[in-house]
Amino acid sequence: MAKTGIKPIDKLTYEEAYAELETVVSALESSEQSLEEALALFERGQGLTKHCAELLDKAELKIRKLSGESLEPFEEGE
Amino acid sequence: MYFGQLTSLWNASILLDMEQLALFDASPRWTVTNLTHYLRQLLESDASLQGVWVQGEISNLSRPASGHIYFTLKDSSASLRCVMWRAEAARLRMTLQDGLAVDAHGSISLYEAGGQYQLYADTMRPLGEGALYQEFLRLKATLEAEGLFDPARKRPIPIFSHRIGIVTSPSGAALRDILNTLRRRFPLAEVILAPTPVQGDEAAPALVSALRALNRDVAPDVILLARGGGSIEDLWAFNDERVVRAVVESAAPVITGVGHETDFTLVDFAADLRAPTPTAAAELATPVTALDLKANLAETGSVIVSRMTTLLQQAHESAAWLDSRLRLFSPVRRLQTERQRLDEMSRRLNAEQAHRLQFAAEKFKGMENRLLALSPLAVLRRGYAVITKGEKVVSSASQVRVADALHVRVQDGEFNARVTGNG
Repeated sequence: MAKTGIKPIDKLTYEEAYAELETVVSALESSEQSLEEALALFERGQGLTKHCAELLDKAELKIRKLSGESLEPFEEGE
Repeated sequence: MYFGQLTSLWNASILLDMEQLALFDASPRWTVTNLTHYLRQLLESDASLQGVWVQGEISNLSRPASGHIYFTLKDSSASLRCVMWRAEAARLRMTLQDGLAVDAHGSISLYEAGGQYQLYADTMRPLGEGALYQEFLRLKATLEAEGLFDPARKRPIPIFSHRIGIVTSPSGAALRDILNTLRRRFPLAEVILAPTPVQGDEAAPALVSALRALNRDVAPDVILLARGGGSIEDLWAFNDERVVRAVVESAAPVITGVGHETDFTLVDFAADLRAPTPTAAAELATPVTALDLKANLAETGSVIVSRMTTLLQQAHESAAWLDSRLRLFSPVRRLQTERQRLDEMSRRLNAEQAHRLQFAAEKFKGMENRLLALSPLAVLRRGYAVITKGEKVVSSASQVRVADALHVRVQDGEFNARVTGNG
């Protein structure tokens, strides 16, 4: 849990946020932390859940193409 | 007339000959129908004429409204009439035209009404496909023996592919199908297209370098290698040994979606997962959809809430338990006990006091009664009077003389009196 709070939630990718959410859930389920720690975990978990839901709602497929060794935007119907 | 007679004479002699021949010759006699039927059976019972491939060039191609196809197969020195019935013709996946060299598959039989033997074709392929197929089988056996198709070396497809590499033509329907599918199922993904030609001589080396470039420069979580449907020649680059080896060497797991469901190419065998179509490949690359994630997220959210509720409740309960234990040792409790004892004492004290007061009151009442009994008023009630002369009580006759004024007091009042004589 050392990384909790290091990176602001809104900077996390979905995978990062979800992975951390899983850690939060299993930490909460292990009940080996103080109530204060548990509350902090809970708040973090709430924030992560909200962030994940927002990312899911506004996700748009990003498409790029490999050109030589660099990536360029790709327009469909090119 | 002369000629007529001559003709009939000649005819008669022929008839005579025939009759004589018939009498002595054991040769079989046929009707045309019987003979033709016999020939047909002869052809159809010859295994080397049934279910055969015949190579030739199409000519006299005709497709009447019936849907059946009639044509002639020929080579430099012979020709063969052919027919393909409508049902088989509909399944044909190539365009026929005069001059096209083909392998036709079917059986030889005889069209009795026309007296023609012909090939009843059930399928056809462009010439050369047969050779390609042989090459396909040979290469497949070689690569299989090398262990490249071993199920044990197939890697699992990640359930969560953040970066999806696609190797296909930038203008094909396959790409459009894949992108639509990914957009619908998992828009969180980032797609990196490595555009390549997918048919022709340049296709195989381009596919190889696209696979390598994706692995080297992008390191995707999974790669889709795809192409829409086409003839076996169109799909041939996907049977190329170099492409097969590039699939095997790919660091990222590869899902193939080449052609239609019935098409199998060698890259399909080498891939970590083979999909029947490009759309299916995109589906297999995203086993978990954004919709699944939403449902899962909602569940996780409620798990956290219920867990936290439980933790808080437990904390509350254990605090309450400690509190109740603490109360046992609280001075407040001692004080309460003392106060209670005090109350008790006070109550007992009050009761004692009341008792004593009552006793005193009763004693007083007795005393009062005794006092009342001694009161002169009590004597007066019995009919006695108190007589006074001036200030003195008259208790002796010697104290008064005739005409003295006396004061008499009785039970309920008093009056004045005068002495009238000595008793």
